[in-house]
Amino acid sequence: MAENTRTKPDIEQTDPEKWDMIISPQRNLFDLRLRELWHARDLIMLFVRRDFVAVYKQTILGPLWYLIQPLLTTIVFTVIFGNIAKLPTDGLPSFLFYMSGTVIFTYFSSSLSKTSDTFTSNAGMFGKVYFPRLAVPVSILISNLIAFAIQFLFFLAFMLFFVLRGTPLHPNWWILFTPVLLLMMAGLGLGFGIIVSSLTTKYRDLRFLVQFGVTLLQYITPVIYPLSAMSPKYQALIRLNPLTSVVEAFRFAYLGSGSVDLLQLGYSFAIMVVAIAVGAVIFNRVEATFMDTV
Amino acid sequence: MSKTIIRVENVSKAYRLGQIGSGTLSDDVKVWWAKARGKPNPLLKIGQEDHGNREGEYLWALNDVSFTVDEGTVLGIIGRNGAGKSTVLKILSRVTAPTSGYIKVKGRIASLLEVGTGFHPELTGRENIYLNGAILGMKRAEIDRKFDEILDFSEVEQFIDTPVKRYSSGMYVRLAFAVAAHLEPEILVVDEVLAVGDAEFQRKSLGKMGDVAQQGRTVLFVSHNMSSILRLTQETIVLDQGRLAMRAASPEAVDYYLSAGDAKAGERIWQKEEIPLDATPFRPVALRLLDRNGQTVETIRSVEPFSVEMEYYLDAPLTGLRIGIYLNSTRGEQVLTSFDTDDDARFEKFISRPAGHYFSRCEFPKDLLNGGRYVLGVNASSYRIRRYFMDEKALAFNVDTSGAPGKQWLEPRPGALRPRLEWKIETR
Repeated sequence: MAENTRTKPDIEQTDPEKWDMIISPQRNLFDLRLRELWHARDLIMLFVRRDFVAVYKQTILGPLWYLIQPLLTTIVFTVIFGNIAKLPTDGLPSFLFYMSGTVIFTYFSSSLSKTSDTFTSNAGMFGKVYFPRLAVPVSILISNLIAFAIQFLFFLAFMLFFVLRGTPLHPNWWILFTPVLLLMMAGLGLGFGIIVSSLTTKYRDLRFLVQFGVTLLQYITPVIYPLSAMSPKYQALIRLNPLTSVVEAFRFAYLGSGSVDLLQLGYSFAIMVVAIAVGAVIFNRVEATFMDTV
Repeated sequence: MSKTIIRVENVSKAYRLGQIGSGTLSDDVKVWWAKARGKPNPLLKIGQEDHGNREGEYLWALNDVSFTVDEGTVLGIIGRNGAGKSTVLKILSRVTAPTSGYIKVKGRIASLLEVGTGFHPELTGRENIYLNGAILGMKRAEIDRKFDEILDFSEVEQFIDTPVKRYSSGMYVRLAFAVAAHLEPEILVVDEVLAVGDAEFQRKSLGKMGDVAQQGRTVLFVSHNMSSILRLTQETIVLDQGRLAMRAASPEAVDYYLSAGDAKAGERIWQKEEIPLDATPFRPVALRLLDRNGQTVETIRSVEPFSVEMEYYLDAPLTGLRIGIYLNSTRGEQVLTSFDTDDDARFEKFISRPAGHYFSRCEFPKDLLNGGRYVLGVNASSYRIRRYFMDEKALAFNVDTSGAPGKQWLEPRPGALRPRLEWKIETR
């Protein structure tokens, strides 16, 4: 629990006494109280741990599910889109092509769908005790990052396997750019996630929208096809999707196909900043009184 | 010299009644537009009296409440259900924000509106201690330091590495309370979480609360239990319908709370707006205290029989209904509880009651109560199914002991009962 929260500067100035905390009807729109969040880092790590430990208790395969999910998705994609529909994969083995897209896209989609439940699924806890509410979405990003790391290593293992078999792959220096790409995925997931989670406290239907929206989004992201295979008309549409540049850049860095478009990445980054800013404003508003409407 | 550690300034809180979410987008826009122009919320009606049509209206759970708390004070907060006690706690613990007004605080606040918040059934006791501690605002190092103490207090050492879903409810609550009891904030805000666990553990918990108070920390304590209020607090605030009705030394405040009633002496009549909507089809009319001649009285004589009468309507037939009365002393001692279908024969006969106008009357024998002030509560429920209506302090009355056994001595006699017992004195 930290000091200086919900501070209204004008109140402070008119009061000669020094108060550590002022509880007021509304607080500063953009005040995300990051310092408070920093104080809650132990809590965030315990949430991450809880999610990790609790989710796979009483399951047979346990954490193996982290590998099964992308593996099965990739196999299904390979069979359906690669072998049956015969979509082009830029000359790459279709298995690696789909896996690279799936792994990076999953980080975004699971972050989004879980953070968008922040208020509704934690209502019981939020109604009884205060801690920085952002701790929940942030802990979700971290848990998902761990899941991503596991799946990413799995992907690297398959890459190695293909290289050893003599498939020509062209990983390049853009690999160093990976943390930035991840940050952008995390930021986009967080931004849109907290917007949705704030709005769902009042309008529940948004949750359903997110569920199939994410599935649909995958089809306008170059996960199962390369951007270059699309006609210019569709390319323009797909470029509007802020995830496009990230997925393409990720694939280019590790497999050497696709594209790195700095302008496009800049656009995605801008969308991320806007999403987080808008999310922060709505989240702040909702956080103060959402217990009354949930 | 004591300094002010909490200052509550003109805090109000409005809740929206009725359906939330449907058809409110236009209202949302209206409110937002008014706010954007710096105008007050057009949908709030200040001090509204009309409780008839609640759909889409606002209810003021707190209305312009101000008070201050000095460092080291243990302040009690009492009031009927719906008086705004929990709203005060929720605002103080920052679970929800006030509609208007400010609360200024020095130091850390920890709130205990519930024990075991955030406990995860799949995690072990040990893992849950850390998780719950962190949720309540403790640092990991702080929990490390107090871990043994918490474990000791909880009495569940041997199961500490077992998932808490395998705990009995008693163990669960003890572990949860143990974590909460080891918080060390400057200000502690406590709801009635003390009423957990078995009697032995309750005593221990109350003791721990007493310790906290003695360490000079500030505690805000909400309770329905007047004896714990009297035991733990020096000063108490009485809330009534969202307003601060009184603030005084605890014994005085408790007396005020227990005897405050707008009814005429010896009778409690419920007005339409006092009856919760979910009481239907039960409709209480009045609770009366009657002397041996059937007159409504405020004071009864201990040497005469008296009766308590509950008048009510059933707007629809009910099965399993029982009307209960609770007799407590104003010091919070429970004297007795009795239901109108306690008797086997009557229980069989009144398994279901058709709609109609009812009187449930209970006769008390003479020479039962000691002198003093008592409170009657009433309750209408179907056992384990539903509670239709409850008023914990419907009626207060006095007992006069003129002519009671032992009156030849002027000394006060402790205890709630003063029966005329048969003594035999033998010499051998």
